[in-house]
Amino acid sequence: MNDKITNISLVGVGGQGILLTSDIVAKTATLAGLDVKKSEIHGMAQRGGSVISQVRFGDKVFSPIIADGASDILVAFEKTEALRWRPLLKAGGKALVNAQEILPVTVSSGQQPGVADPDARLRGLYGADLLTVDAAALAAAAGNLRTANLVIAGALSALTPFTPDQWREAMRSRIPARLLAVNLKAFDAGRAAAGAA
Amino acid sequence: MELILTGNAAIALAARDAGVALGVGYPGTPSTETLENLARLEGGVAQWAPNEKVALEVGVGVAFGGRRALVTMKHVGLNVAADPLFTASYTGVAGGLAVLVADDPGMHSSQNEQDSRHYARAAKVPMLEPSDSQEAYEFTRLAFQLSEQFDTPVLLRTTTRLSHGKSTVTPGQRETALPAPQPPMNPAKYVMVPAFARVRHRLVEERQRRVREWANAAPLTRAELRDTAVGIITSGINYQYVREVAPTASVLKLGLVYPLPLEAIRAFAARVETLYVVEELDPIIEEQLAAAGIAVIGKERFPPLGEFTPAVVATGLGLPAAELPTLELPTRPPAMCPGCPHRGVFWTLKKLGVTVAGDIGCYTLGVAPPLSAMDTCVCMGASIGVAHGLERAGINPATVVGVIGDSTFLHSGITPLLDMVYNGSRGTILILDNGTTAMTGRQEHAGTGKTLTGAEAPRVDLEALCRVLGVPDVDVIDPYALDAMEARIKQALAFEGVSVIIARRPCMLIPHEDYPAQQVNEELCKLCGRCLRIGCPAITKTPVGEGEQPRSRPEINALLCEGCAVCAQLCPFAVITNTV
Repeated sequence: MNDKITNISLVGVGGQGILLTSDIVAKTATLAGLDVKKSEIHGMAQRGGSVISQVRFGDKVFSPIIADGASDILVAFEKTEALRWRPLLKAGGKALVNAQEILPVTVSSGQQPGVADPDARLRGLYGADLLTVDAAALAAAAGNLRTANLVIAGALSALTPFTPDQWREAMRSRIPARLLAVNLKAFDAGRAAAGAA
Repeated sequence: MELILTGNAAIALAARDAGVALGVGYPGTPSTETLENLARLEGGVAQWAPNEKVALEVGVGVAFGGRRALVTMKHVGLNVAADPLFTASYTGVAGGLAVLVADDPGMHSSQNEQDSRHYARAAKVPMLEPSDSQEAYEFTRLAFQLSEQFDTPVLLRTTTRLSHGKSTVTPGQRETALPAPQPPMNPAKYVMVPAFARVRHRLVEERQRRVREWANAAPLTRAELRDTAVGIITSGINYQYVREVAPTASVLKLGLVYPLPLEAIRAFAARVETLYVVEELDPIIEEQLAAAGIAVIGKERFPPLGEFTPAVVATGLGLPAAELPTLELPTRPPAMCPGCPHRGVFWTLKKLGVTVAGDIGCYTLGVAPPLSAMDTCVCMGASIGVAHGLERAGINPATVVGVIGDSTFLHSGITPLLDMVYNGSRGTILILDNGTTAMTGRQEHAGTGKTLTGAEAPRVDLEALCRVLGVPDVDVIDPYALDAMEARIKQALAFEGVSVIIARRPCMLIPHEDYPAQQVNEELCKLCGRCLRIGCPAITKTPVGEGEQPRSRPEINALLCEGCAVCAQLCPFAVITNTV
């Protein structure tokens, strides 16, 4: 994979707003004047299944899919998915993990064992590269639980070279006007939680 | 102006800019959003047909009338539309006719992974294959031009990664001078009786030669000469993977994948030392090149199944690719949504122990544990034909239920039901009427009372339709009312004729009245676990106790619960109730 390309993988559970978030990432990169490709799958995956979307940006992007072990940033909206997709991250890459666990139906219905102590496993797998954000709590504080994905986008923004204004412009292009204010607030909360101004 | 679009959205924009009079199709992942995007564009006109055969026939009619049409479908939809395609190849067109067929290598949301390139060859029509959204735009525009220039329908083939992937697009000029419609007035061209069709077939063969000649010199056949030790012939999304993993290799990128530009390929082959063909699914290019005496390395190195990735392409080319471990984790397959009206149906069918002939839709998830209540699923509409066939095989029809959704029934279920009645069969068919085409993202159809754009439309009366076909026992039930549903299905199973039971409840993803979320009374719950065996994502659990027999305490997530109360009805201790 080309070193001048930035690779971001976003993973989680269908219904968590992953595709909107990856749309905003892609749009932000376009606004920064970069070539962008984004990959995702709709259909079956929407029904509470495991979801992955990938965004690549740089001077010239060929493949819309990121090679395994070549993601600069892994954004996981859910803990089990953060564990599942660990092989995507390259050595020294950053993992941004939402502190939420959603039990798969395979576990709740007793077909398969659940993950014992996911937090410990996350720490073991990612070590110092792990950045955790409690998106639900910050979204609730911002005024709408459904903005948790924008909290995550805000935290991700602290790990990318784009300006907050570029992010906000991308959000304006993808979010209905009546929901924009609360989503911008959620974004700022996420950005602050990740340690950026 | 640079846009960032999915392949589907780029195709829609190109169709609008090419001045199509109509976009028409049947929803099918990954093609669905194309018409939805077209309808949203200023000047874009799109509508859903009940199935792909009808869609293509309507598109053919538009083209016969002198205007341009875009017809859209997924790969298996082209099987349904194959009949008009093969003969429209003979008639040709007046206005341009582009047929989008979206393949699904890897079967992200499909029942097979057929390679639709076979159809181009079989029907003898040109096929274009874009490799990103910009090409999706350009090739769609080109498809209309080629259709008119060579008097043929043109297939536009995409795959899931292209259809749902996003990349930048700079659109071209929108056509403003659109032709006036003209009625077809050339029976020798448009009436395919044998005497006329023999003449047309000769022209089709001649056309193939002319299109091939055009493609040999056209810019979309692009030889990129770099290091000539390795040359790679490829097309579509695989071009991107090749460029990613083998940036120094020479590449012959094909935009037209049928008919193949053999002279251009020969010239490229002569310039490189080792020649590969990188093609997903079947060795279609490889076999044609072998027949033309051009030696290539293909399926001996690349798999004939599954979706390609940069790693698959790298491995096939003998380049290093990361091999990474899979971790031991619980799987997370798709599941029926909380409140899905299908859940109670499959719970009941499992309880009754019947053989379930299933069909294509969200309800195919009824096969998955813990419901595990589906025994067959082949193609759109097959539930009814298979149920009939099981009866003809000698299986007691009182032990078989055919299950089909409303959209699927209107797509392909009416004729097999007519067949059951006509041939004196006996059996029970359940139509799961959730008022939408749910699996593909909730599209309207002839039974929803709305068109693609949401405008009011006549709504077919499913009960009346079944009765007029001659079904003697037709009834409507509420799939949320478990006991009544079970009793009515038992009655139908005992009936000595054809029964159609319509289980009617809207898809939970359609705006609907609110029902109170359910809650488990923690003090009274006996931890029997029955509510956990319906596969509802809103019911989660926490472990209770230690030792030999750990048990689980169910808990209902009030944010996710839709209040269908299926769990409450099957709780043996009646400890699941409405939240206040």
